[in-house]
Amino acid sequence: MTSYMLRRLIGSFIVMWAVATLVFFMLRLVPGDPVAAMLADAGGPDEIAAMKARLGLDRSVFVQYGIWFSNMLQGDLGSSIYGSRIEVARIIAEALPRTLSLSLLAFLIAMVIAIPAGIISATRRNTMTDNTVSLFAFLGLSMPDFWLAIILIIIFAANLQWLPAIGYTPMDEGLWQWFRHLILPAIAIGTAFSAIIARMIRSSLLEVLNSDYMRTARAKGLTPRMLMFGHALPNAMIPVITVIGIAFALLISGAVVVENVFAIKGLGRVLIEGILNRDYPVVQGAVLVVSAIFVFSNLIVDLLYGLIDPRIRLN
Amino acid sequence: MTDTAIDPAAASYAKPRSRLRATLAQDRKAQLGLIVLGLFVLAGILAPLLAAYDPNEMTLDMMAGISWSHPLGTDDLGRDLLSRILYGTRVSLFIGVSTVGIALVAGITLGLVAGYFGGWIDMVIMRYIDLQWAFPNFIIAVYLVAVFGTGLLNVIVAISLAFVDDFARIARSMTLSLREEQYVDAARTLGFSNLRTLFVHILPNAVAPIIVQATVSISYAILGEASLSFLGLGVDANTPTWGLILADGRGFITQAWWLGVFPGLAIMLVVLSINFIGDWLRDALDVRQSL
Repeated sequence: MTSYMLRRLIGSFIVMWAVATLVFFMLRLVPGDPVAAMLADAGGPDEIAAMKARLGLDRSVFVQYGIWFSNMLQGDLGSSIYGSRIEVARIIAEALPRTLSLSLLAFLIAMVIAIPAGIISATRRNTMTDNTVSLFAFLGLSMPDFWLAIILIIIFAANLQWLPAIGYTPMDEGLWQWFRHLILPAIAIGTAFSAIIARMIRSSLLEVLNSDYMRTARAKGLTPRMLMFGHALPNAMIPVITVIGIAFALLISGAVVVENVFAIKGLGRVLIEGILNRDYPVVQGAVLVVSAIFVFSNLIVDLLYGLIDPRIRLN
Repeated sequence: MTDTAIDPAAASYAKPRSRLRATLAQDRKAQLGLIVLGLFVLAGILAPLLAAYDPNEMTLDMMAGISWSHPLGTDDLGRDLLSRILYGTRVSLFIGVSTVGIALVAGITLGLVAGYFGGWIDMVIMRYIDLQWAFPNFIIAVYLVAVFGTGLLNVIVAISLAFVDDFARIARSMTLSLREEQYVDAARTLGFSNLRTLFVHILPNAVAPIIVQATVSISYAILGEASLSFLGLGVDANTPTWGLILADGRGFITQAWWLGVFPGLAIMLVVLSINFIGDWLRDALDVRQSL
């Protein structure tokens, strides 16, 4: 197990290095000159050259890469090329808790819906209830998250005026305020995720319920409750956990879009604004952090999988 | 070949076409999906005939509600919402099909080559595919638009590239299992070229999972394009696409709810239809769900 963990850990760092390098060189291919765009009409060729020298953009790409890479290892991601040239690391440090708390809340909401829905539709297979759950799962998978966000705003913010339509309040300014601002975006992001997990739990549970050891457990005279929660569910959740790993990526990509609807300045909004403004250092930093979240959440899920299911460890 | 009928497993695969027809007759959701998708395809093709207005024509009828002259209302610039959504159908469906087509050809070629030849070719291709696999398709598309810029061609390239890994992985794993089959050995023994063995003997037998993946991918591609357009990373500001119409209307949804509801409804109906069809194909072609 230790050597497996070590191998996976090293692999994850190699992936991150590859991503960082790809991102650095690909952004250098971008058409258009950011310095010229930044100075707009205010600068002639001399001003542009001076600014480039100040930003280090006049040196060879490989020298830039070396400097950028060693800075990055020390946690220095450069600074925004605009305005007060705020540090990228600081922008991200402010944005990260927003995206993470949004994704986590979305995850919780999704699981609270998906687990009972999956269990109910598996135990009442092919009934009205099962079909209703299945239809809602299809709807959830087919709705664009940003559209669901807009619908939620129209209903709960504009018409009923129960919840705020935009913004974010940190948790230390009151749990309720934090929750009030995040609940609509979290539902918008969590719905598709919830649909995937519910369908997965259903099919996985159906397989387990038909297995021999469940027949034995029933023959022993266990109560339905013990059968479900003691035997069926723990086994049925094993394949679900890998899907949770894959689907966690869905939550983060959902956050990238939905943050823009609710004007929450999380990683997604930072990334998209950076792209629209051609603010390279910000885009690089955001891409790296978003990528790191994927790579390491995959790693955690893989390791968790090995802990839960001893059969995996042998391979 | 005459004794295939003795093998019941082989018999169920004997006529995939009749199997498809038989399962479709019982699958209400798939029937509905085919009808709704068919209507949208027609609407896209006939958009110039069906749309009562030019999709970009501004009138003084700004943010007008639902009426006979504007069945879905108008936007803040007085443009007819129904006409814009009709034209948006073209962009959405075109991008959905073209990106998956490109990703399919590129991904399958990579996967077939990697699986069939093995060795260092396999390693190089799969290292890249694994790297891309670590990231969600939509995020890859966003990264690529960040590099290439916006515009129709760039959006198509970005979404296509984002889906390449899905097809490459399926084609490779099918090739790996089929490579050991006797009929592939036979083809090689008969002296057929690698190219012929790959495309004539291996590919047709790997078709079922590829069809299912392609169907699902079209729905994700349509959602992806809509999301990119919504974020301002889409085709361009003058081409009405469903995502862009929603982005334009977003600021006015408190006064004009139709701007926030109908374009998204169009996206949802198309994606839902494709998902219904995909589900039917998965059952009928007996492909195990990978996600």
